[in-house]
Formats: sequence, C-alpha cells, structure tokens
Amino acid sequence: MHRCLLYLSLLALGLSWPVQGTALRADCPPSFQKTANGRCALRTFYEFYDSVQGAGLGGTQTALPDHRDGFTPQQIDLGRYLFFDPLLSGDGTLSCATCHQPALGFSDGLPRALGRGKKDLGRAAPSLWNTAFLSHFFWDARAQSLEEQARGPLYSKQEMNNTPARLLTALNREAAYRALFREAYPERQNDDILLEEVYTALAAFQASLISLNSRYDQYAHGYHDALSEQEIEGLNIFRSFVARCAECHTPPLFTNQQVAVIGAPEPEGYPMDIGAERTYNAPRLKGGFKVPTLRNIAMTAPYMHSGRFNDLLSVMEFYNGGRGHAVPKEVDLHLHWHISSPNLSADELARLVDFLGTLTDESLTPDIPARLPSGLDPFAAMHERSQPQ
Amino acid sequence: MKAKNILGVIFLLVAFVAGLTLGKSDEKSRPPALSGGAGGATYTGVAQSQDNALAVTGNSRFVAGPPMSDEVMVVHDGESIQDAVKAARPGTTIRVMPGTYNETVYIDKDGIRLIGVIEEGERAVLDGEGRLNDAILYSGNNVVVENFKITRYKGNGIMSQAGNNWEIRNNLIIDTGVYGIFPQLGKNGVVEYNVVSGIEDAAIYVGMSDNIHVAYNDVFESVAGIEIENSRHAIVESNRVYNNAGGILAFITPGLPIKTTYDVIIRNNFVLANNHVNFAAPGSTVAGIPSGTGILVMAADDVVIEGNIIRDNKNTGILITDHGNAANVTIDPESDPNSDRVKILNNTMWNNGSEPIPEIKAFMLTEFKTGNPDIVRVGPTIDSCIINRHRYVTVGVSDFAECEFTHTNTVGNYLLPTVPPRKIKPEDRGEVAYLGICAGCHTYTGRMIGPPVQVIQALYMDNPGALAEYIAKPVKKRDDYPEMPPQDYLDEATRLAVANYMLQVKN
Repeated sequence: MHRCLLYLSLLALGLSWPVQGTALRADCPPSFQKTANGRCALRTFYEFYDSVQGAGLGGTQTALPDHRDGFTPQQIDLGRYLFFDPLLSGDGTLSCATCHQPALGFSDGLPRALGRGKKDLGRAAPSLWNTAFLSHFFWDARAQSLEEQARGPLYSKQEMNNTPARLLTALNREAAYRALFREAYPERQNDDILLEEVYTALAAFQASLISLNSRYDQYAHGYHDALSEQEIEGLNIFRSFVARCAECHTPPLFTNQQVAVIGAPEPEGYPMDIGAERTYNAPRLKGGFKVPTLRNIAMTAPYMHSGRFNDLLSVMEFYNGGRGHAVPKEVDLHLHWHISSPNLSADELARLVDFLGTLTDESLTPDIPARLPSGLDPFAAMHERSQPQ
Repeated sequence: MKAKNILGVIFLLVAFVAGLTLGKSDEKSRPPALSGGAGGATYTGVAQSQDNALAVTGNSRFVAGPPMSDEVMVVHDGESIQDAVKAARPGTTIRVMPGTYNETVYIDKDGIRLIGVIEEGERAVLDGEGRLNDAILYSGNNVVVENFKITRYKGNGIMSQAGNNWEIRNNLIIDTGVYGIFPQLGKNGVVEYNVVSGIEDAAIYVGMSDNIHVAYNDVFESVAGIEIENSRHAIVESNRVYNNAGGILAFITPGLPIKTTYDVIIRNNFVLANNHVNFAAPGSTVAGIPSGTGILVMAADDVVIEGNIIRDNKNTGILITDHGNAANVTIDPESDPNSDRVKILNNTMWNNGSEPIPEIKAFMLTEFKTGNPDIVRVGPTIDSCIINRHRYVTVGVSDFAECEFTHTNTVGNYLLPTVPPRKIKPEDRGEVAYLGICAGCHTYTGRMIGPPVQVIQALYMDNPGALAEYIAKPVKKRDDYPEMPPQDYLDEATRLAVANYMLQVKN
C-alpha cells in the first residue's frame, strides 16, 4: 500500500526511478582504479614518490599523506545522491551541497555558512576537495573521520536539523533508496537502511573529490613550463623562509594538518572564536584552527575561518601586517612561531596570489544528479543561497 | 649597609646548604666508580625499519653518489646561476666561478651539483643585498651545494623542502637571516665543513629529517648553533660551536606534523662559551633558550652526549628539559613532552654554570647543591643514564642509572647507501595518466566531456604514435564536443605510454 502511494507520487511528479537493477555506477570515478575485488583505489603521480616518516609532507616530488579509498563504485555513487539530496535535512530544504557546491569550490561563496533559516553559523564552509587525505575535520579539528564529521551538520539544530531516527525513517520510506542501498551494500542480511551505511556512502563520495591536476602539479612532476615566471617567483616566495607559507601549507597537499594560532581577525562585530581551545581543552590553543589545504583556494573566497577577507590579496596583507597586529588588545594568544613580520613588498604579495592561482584544478568535478531518489530537486537546495555581497 | 645585609643572608644560606650537603657525607666518602672510555661496551643506536638498513660502519659521507651524468656547465661572474639551473638536465654539475651573484637559486630537479670554484681564496658570492629572501632552495634529490659564500639574505642561506641524498659542504654563510643551513623533510644528508655565523635563529637547523650527519662545522654568534628538531638518526660530531646563545640543541617542537626526535648522537664537539645575548625573533622557539646553554635536550629521546669539550657556558653545560618547563612552546597532545633515555657519557666540562638562570638556582637549592652546574635536568625522564657522574656538578641527575655502555665507537654514521633516483617506468606513468587525467573526460562506452574510449580505439588501434601526437597538440574534430586541451606537459614517453594504455583498456 505504502509502496503504491510512493509509486503514484513519483508518477505524479513525472519521474520514475529504476527500483530494480543497476541504478548506481559500476565504474570508479576518475583517478581511481577498480581493483580485483571491485573496490576503487586512488592512482596519482604522487604514488611514485616517498616522504619522510610517510608523513606526506615535503616539496615538489613528495608522496601524499595516507588517504581513504577502497570504497566500491556503488558506494561512491550512492554517496553522490545522498550528498545532493535535501531529504537528509529535517525539513527537506538543505543538502550537504547547500554549503558545499561544486561550482563554488565545494564551498558556498559566503563569508560564513548559513544554516537553517539562513542563520549565520559563524564559520566558513570548508572546501571538500581532497578530504580523502585529511586526518582531522572541522575548523577546530574536533572530528577524526569523514563519518564522524557527517554527523555534525546532519544533526545540528542550527544546520540540517535532522535526527538519526527521522533520517532513517525518511530514507527507508523511499523504495528507490532501499534499492540503491541494497546495491551498494549487497552482502548485508537486513533490508533496512542503516545509519552507518549513510555515513560510509557520504565518506566514499567525499573521498572521491580529487584535485591533483593543477598547473602546479604539472610543474611538480617536472614540466617547468607549466608555470609563468611570475608564478614561479610566487612559488619561491611561498616556500621562502621570509614568507614561510609552506611551513604550514606544506606540499603536496598544501596543509600540514596541524592546528595553528595565527591571530586572524573576526568580522566587524563578531566575538572572538576560541577554535581548538575547546576541542583540546587547552588555553594555549585559544584561537587555533586547522591549517586548511590551499588547493582550489582561488575558487573559495571569502577567506579565513569566519570569512573576514574577500580576496587572497587581503589575506596576504594580513600575514604581512606584523605578528599579532589584528589580535584584540584584551586577548592573550599563543601565536604560532611562524607568524612573523615578513615585510614583503606589494609585488611579492601579488606574486603569492599569482602562485595560489596555479593550485586550481576542477577537472574531476563530479556530476550533480539530474534527479534524486527522493524526487526532491537537488538544485533548489543550492540555489537558495546567494553569492557573496 | 643594605648590600652588606644581603651578602650576610647569602653567606648564611650558603653555609646552611653546605652543612646539609656535608650531612650527606656517606655519599661523598665512597670512591666513585670509574667507567672507561673506549674499553667498555659500545652503543649500537636505535633500530631503524628494515628497509633502512643502517650503514653504521661506513664512513663515506658522499651520499649524493657519483655525478649522475658527465655534463658540466660553467657560470661566470655576471651571468645567472639560475639560468644555468633552468637549462641543466638532471645530473648536471654546475661550476660557479668567483664573482658576485645577486639572486635566489631554486632547484626542482634531481642530481644538480652546484659547485663554487675557489680561486686563491676568492669565492662565488651569493649576495642578497638585504632584499632577497633565500639564497639557495631546493626540492630535488641528490643535490650538492659546495664552496659558496652566502651573505645578506633575509630568509635562509641554504634551505630544502624534501629531497634525499644531499650534501652541503664548505660554504661560508655570514649574516644571513633566519637559518643559515636548513634542510627540511629530507632523508640521508650531510652538512659539513661550513662556517656559519650571525644567524637570528639556528646557524644549522635540521628539521623533520632522517639519517643526518652534521660534522666539522664552525658555528658562532647565532642564537642557536646546531639544532636537530623533530628528526631521527642524526649525528652531530666534531663541530666548533661557540658564542651562540645556545650551542647544540636536540628537541621536539610541538605542533609540527612529524612528532618525534630520537637517536641523536652529539659527540666530540667543542661547545664553548655560548653566552651570546639571545636576539631571536619574538615567538620563535629558540627565543626561550637561556643564553649560556651549551647543549639543550628538550623532549628528544635516546640522545647520546659523548666526548664533547663543554666549557664556559654561563647558564649550564647540558640542560635536559621537557615541554612542560618551556613556557614559550605550544601544546601538542600527539607528541611526548619528555626527554627519555638520555645518555651522558664522558665529556670534558669546565667552568660552566657561572650565572645560571634563577629557575636553575632555585632548583639547585631544592637539592642542596652548590657550585656551578654542569648538568641540569628538569621535568620527567625515564631510563636516562650517565657515567662518571662524580666529575660534574649536577642537579636532577641523581636518579639516572649507570649507562650500560661507555662509547659509540662502532657507530660510524647513520647515513644510508645512496639510493639511486627512482626510475619510473613509462608504462606506469601511462596508466596513472590515463586513470588520473584522461578518465576525467573519457569513459569507455559513454559520452562524457570527450568521446568514448571505444571510439578512440577504433580510430587509432594500430597507431598509438598518432594518438600520442594528437594528445600533445589536439585539434577540434567534433562539432558536438569541446576542444581537448593539450597534454604537452606530459613528456613524450608518457604520452606514448598513455596512448598505448588507452588503446588496450577493456572497460
């Protein structure tokens, strides 16, 4: 009876979903190779290199850090549907893609993410490119896996405002989703969708967002004509010990994945965000945030944890403005030792911005599903957000 | 009058402490056990992973190996070193004639040997004129930098990011920026016969690296002489380290992504009068080093200190501490804050600790110690040891055991045999290029951004060469598809390999 109603409602919308059969992709996304046991293994040129202590940090020809892969193509594709589906939110208006839009560098173009009721969430939506390589999640590093991270926005009252029970009910109600989950998890006994399966699929999709074909990468692999003279000049300033950018934004991922207290200012009228002090219960980490990757950084303005700066040049000017210059007088921060007063020239700041532009690569951007198993519109959940003012 | 009173108080205090010390006379009356030097058991280092077999008996420090090719270029005064590096093929030796070069030289290829030519004492001088950032920075493997004079740069003299098998030798680095020599995130490297002075952080700073040898360097008038930081399997030997604020340092900086320092041998160095005022930049880790510290161990494990002449360091000769006692460092839940298994063997120590910092003075009072401290340990430590402790004025060392060995003679160095540059087979590159680049636009059967692979296979099946050429210089062929971007950043062998790969894929 229930299933009939659903079928009728799909018909009424002029949609149909192949409940049976192979709705999910059986091929791995680009940059992944299907292994003999049907899983997707990451393949990149960086696998030809090594790194000290296997840490995935170094210079041009250095291996990447450990990463998540080994999901099946079906799990990755199921994750893609879930990622774009507003069904995952309590009221069916927000999807993961609301704040992580492919066309906006998997961020949202806003200084700070807007949650339920377009309420300012206080921190910027981070890009999801190359999350497969990360060991800590959220600006304050409070989650240690993609699966753990997913629970944050799903169940936050300020964000997607769902509950585990309501999410499972909504998914299990959709015959199309039940079929897709069966396909993605063929070995399971039970026919009901499980929360762990949702988290796994979301992790699988996000871990497939690989951006390693930038012009910088071409340079790193040995094609030095990939960068202009000005961009190479920028690279050399970036890794110089005057600017010291590469000490924390270390190649090849352009983050060392540590928490750093840099003393970036909050937007006008916003209280100071203590960041990782709360995560670690450590006053010396007051105002500390996870060092973000700089890959695709040109695509994700505005910048910093609360979007204080509208463009990269403003960020460079902040770093060049002197150690602690933007820290409020009454606040005592334990600033990172590499936050210095580099006194770079205006030309040098411009070259840094030139270089950061070479880290852009969106060649492997996945498709947004034209339609969703829930019948909801994936684009509606993205387009209600405005571009930066 | 007032001064006289204070003197009186101090006299009383000293008398009090002396009395208490005398009270523990049973310790004093026993003749100290003597441990010999070369005759005793030997230290054998900390085991490394099996794929890094130790070359502890070797003594070759030419880890970059023989030149990878016979190609030699010569740069003359008035020419640009960087132009030569750009034009050089990997493996080229670049000889730089005496003269002045105002440039930053960067090396992102393997096997470049940058060798200054010294003629009657005249060197190739890299002069940053106070405006350039770094003199030489490299990320390639098997890089050699020899015989330069480097001065007036704002950043570092010689720095690396990654790169294995490197040699930095016989350079003069004077009044240059933050670090004189700063190899970072590399493996198997040698820093020797350099003269480094006037550096606002460390003259020689080895960061997050493995298998390192720092020897025969002369470092002075810097904030720190030689730093081994977040690194493993390092030997610092036979250096002259004098008049810095701190002499030789082995430590963990918390908050870095590689979290350990262990297996460091500091031996046979001259560590002399490191009493320079600490002029480090505010916030830097070394800003917290008390001036007058000969050797500092902070949070590092398995540090052996042997055979050094340590004298005239006014704070103390050897200071062993932890993160908890270092006020200026951040916290890091992922790094162990304590210095464990420190091993102090025979050292020649004289006239250290004439003006210890107040914290050390106070600490001495708690142990009722008098005199000038040679060795100070604060903070927790486990399994640390010392031999011939009766020779020194120590504090915090009474619970150290006797070491089970007395020398490190059988450890020649921690360097690895030169690892030949990895040869990547073109077919492996071709496979990754197909999966990581081509697959972004082409699927086997379906229409994506570009036409299906099946269609391409039908067109080029017998002619991979033509496909490889097309990849480099594509032309618009189909009205209903966007034009393909050129893939000429892939080298010729990789283009042919990827063409071959594409023509044989089955799904």
